[in-house]
Amino acid sequence: MAPVEEAPITAVISVLVENESGVLARVIGLFSGRGYNIESLTVAPVDEARTRSRINIVTTGTSMVIEQIKALLYRLVPVHRVSDLTALGPHLAREMALVKVVSSGELRTEALRISDAFRARAVDTTVGSFVFELTGAPEKIDSFIDLMRPLGLVEVSRTGIAAIIRGPRTI
Amino acid sequence: MNATLDPKTISPGAQPDAADVRTGAEVLLRVLREQDVEVVFGYPGGAVLPIYDALFKQNSIRHILVRHEQAAVHAAEGYARSTGKTGVVLVTSGPGATNAVTGLVDALMDSIPLICLSGQVPTHLIGNDAFQEADTTGITRPATKHNYLVKRPGDLSRVLHEAFYVARSGRPGPVLVDLPKDIMVGPAPYHPASGAPHRSYRPVSEPAPDAIAQAVEAMRQAKRPLFYTGGGVINAGPEASEALRRLVRMTGFPCTSTLMGLGAYPTTDRQFLGMLGMHGTYEANLATHGCDLLINIGARFDDRVTGRLDAFSPHSTKIHVDIDPSSINKIVRVDMPIVGDAGRALQMMIAAWEGTASADPVAIAAWWKQIDAWRGIDSLRFRQDPSPDAVIKPQHAIRRLYELARETGRDCFVTTEVGQHQMWAAQHFQYEEPNRWMTSGGLGTMGYGLPAAVGVQVGNPDGLVIDIAGEASTLMNIQELGTICQYRLPVKLFILNNRYMGMVRQWQELLHGSRYSESYSEALPDFVKLAEAFHGTGMRATTLGELDDVIRRMLAHDGPVVADICVDETENCFPMIPSGAAHNEMILGPEQNEQAGRITDEGLMLV
Repeated sequence: MAPVEEAPITAVISVLVENESGVLARVIGLFSGRGYNIESLTVAPVDEARTRSRINIVTTGTSMVIEQIKALLYRLVPVHRVSDLTALGPHLAREMALVKVVSSGELRTEALRISDAFRARAVDTTVGSFVFELTGAPEKIDSFIDLMRPLGLVEVSRTGIAAIIRGPRTI
Repeated sequence: MNATLDPKTISPGAQPDAADVRTGAEVLLRVLREQDVEVVFGYPGGAVLPIYDALFKQNSIRHILVRHEQAAVHAAEGYARSTGKTGVVLVTSGPGATNAVTGLVDALMDSIPLICLSGQVPTHLIGNDAFQEADTTGITRPATKHNYLVKRPGDLSRVLHEAFYVARSGRPGPVLVDLPKDIMVGPAPYHPASGAPHRSYRPVSEPAPDAIAQAVEAMRQAKRPLFYTGGGVINAGPEASEALRRLVRMTGFPCTSTLMGLGAYPTTDRQFLGMLGMHGTYEANLATHGCDLLINIGARFDDRVTGRLDAFSPHSTKIHVDIDPSSINKIVRVDMPIVGDAGRALQMMIAAWEGTASADPVAIAAWWKQIDAWRGIDSLRFRQDPSPDAVIKPQHAIRRLYELARETGRDCFVTTEVGQHQMWAAQHFQYEEPNRWMTSGGLGTMGYGLPAAVGVQVGNPDGLVIDIAGEASTLMNIQELGTICQYRLPVKLFILNNRYMGMVRQWQELLHGSRYSESYSEALPDFVKLAEAFHGTGMRATTLGELDDVIRRMLAHDGPVVADICVDETENCFPMIPSGAAHNEMILGPEQNEQAGRITDEGLMLV
C-alpha cells in the first residue's frame, strides 16, 4: 500500500487519565517520541476526588496518524478514555489569553476600544499599560492578538484549549 | 526515612493485621511468590541490599547472579520466551538501572513480559543527585510498557501485583518498578492480589465475532491466500500455535512467518514457505507479493518484512489480527482489522471454517503450483566444497548443527546474537515447536544470545540450549560465561567466526563499494582459551573435515562449551531484498550483487 500523501487535518483529542505522577510525561513522550505534533495541550483534574484529569490536545496529522495517536494514547496504562472530538461532531473549544499592551495616546485608546468589541476585560491597568483577559475560540484570540500587534502588544500568555462536545453527549 | 504508614493509601476493608506488616523487602518477596516467580535474574548493589538480605533468608525464590545488568534482562527474556512465564530482573539504582535499559527496550520491541525491579535512593534523597541516583522512571518511560515509582509503603503490594498484570496482559511487555531503599527497609502492609479489574487498563482479548465471520468469508473466496504469522502467535501460548497448525492444515493455505514467529508453525512442513522479508525465502516473498488475501496473525508489518511499502503485497485484501489496536493501520492499511488474542481469533476462525464449505480447490491448487515453481529456485542454496580441507560455509555449519542436534532426540532451544549468523540460523535451522527460538527481533541487540541462553537453560534445565553466535556479537556479553560456569549451565556457544561484523561487512560490500570501514574483528581472543579461562570447554573447527566431530563432541559434553567454528569470511547472507526494494526485486546470490548497486539514494538512507 502506498503511503498516501493526504493533507494533514487538525484534531482535538480529549483524554481522561488517572491523576498520577508521570502521566503527563507519558502523553507528551508519546508525541515527541514518535514525531507527532502538539499544537496545544491543557490538563487539570476534573472529578471531585481529583483522581482523574482531563487532557485536551490539539494535534495535526493525516487521518492515519490521528488514528495512530488515539490508539497509542489508549494503550497507555493510566488512560481511561480517549475521544476525538473532531470526529465525534460539533464541539466547543475555548481558551483564555492574557494580552499585555504597552502604549499611550491614540494607540492606547484604540486598544481599549478594540478590547471592548472583543469583550476582553482589562484586568490590570497602569498609565502606560493594559493586561486584557479574553476568552473564546482560538481564532478569535488570534485575531485579537493580530489587532493588538500595531497597538503596543508586548506579551501574550495563552492557556490552550478546553474542549467539550455540544449537546447531551459525553466523551 | 519515611517509614510510617500512610493510612490513606490502605484501601478500606483491606486493613492488614499487625502480623501482616513486614519490611518492604519481605512484602516484595511475598508478592513474587504469590505471582509464582521461581527465579530472579539480578545483580546486587547499595540500594537493593535490603532485598538481597531478604532473598538470603528464604529458599523459595532462586537468584541467578549475572555479570552485567543488561545480561540480567536478556536472561529474563530468554526465560520468559522459552517458558511462557513472566521474567523477573532485580538491579540496583543508578548504573544498575541504566545498564538494564537496552534489555528493557529489547523486551518492549519484542513484546516479552518482564518485571524489572530497580533499587532507588531513599525517598528523601530523590532529586538530590545522591550517590548512584538516576531518574530511573524518567529514563525508562519510553523503554517500558509501564513503570512505577513506589513512594508510599502502603502502595507497594498493589503496585507490584499491578505490574505483573500489566506485563502479561494485552500485548505483553516490560514493566519497571522503582523501589526506594527506605520503602524496602521500613514496614509495609501486605495485600494479596485483588481480583478487581484494573482502573483503566483493560485490553480487549476477545475478537469481535462478526469481524471473524467476515475474515473467514474472505478466506473462503480467496484464490491466492497466504497466512503471515508473527510473534503474537507465540505470545498467545502453545494453544495458539496448535490452533494455527489446525487452521493452516484445514484450509490447505500456504503459511509464512516473521523472524519472531518461527516455530509457531513447524518449519519443516510442506505448507510452510519459510520466513518472509529482507532475508526471507523467494517463495515466501513472492507469495506475499502475489497473494490476493494476506492473513496476518500477530505480526506487525515491520519494515524488515514489508520492504518498499508502496510495493508491499499490492494485490491483496488484508486481514490483520493483533491484540494491540495501535499496531493496526500503523504502517499498512488493512481491510479487516481484528483486535484480540491471536489464539482466540484462530480458534474462532477454525470454528467458522468448520461450519461450511472450503475454499476454491482449483484455484488453491493452481496457487500451490505457482508456489512450488518459486520453491524450485531453492533460494537458500549455497555451495559447500565437500573436500575435508575445505573452508566451512556458515550455512552448512548450521545445517549440520541442526541435523546432529536432532539426532540426539533432545528438546532443543536456540538463541542467537544479531547479524548474518542470526539470519542463517533462521533460514537453515528448523523449529518444530514454539518457544524454542529466542532472538532479538525488533531492537536487533548484539550480545542478546548468550545471556538469553542463560535464562533459557535456567527455565529448561533438561533442554539442549545452543546460542548460535557471531564472534563480534558474542563479545558484547561474553562475561556471562562466568554466570554459565557458576550455575553449571550446559549452554553451547556455537560461534560462526568469520572475523568480521558480517552483516556490516555485507552491506559495505553491496552498498558502500567494499570499503570495510571498522568492520573487521581485529585482535580477536582465542575462544578455546577463553572458554577454558571461564572453566568451560573450548573446541575449534577450521575445516569441513573437523566440523561434524566438533559438533558431536559439543553436543555430547554435559557442561558448557564454546565452539569456535571458523567459517568463510566472505560469505554473504542471501536471498536479500535490498533496502528500498520490493519483494519481487530480491537478490538471490552473489551473481546478482550488481543489483544492489542500483539502490537509489532513498534506499541508501534506510537501515
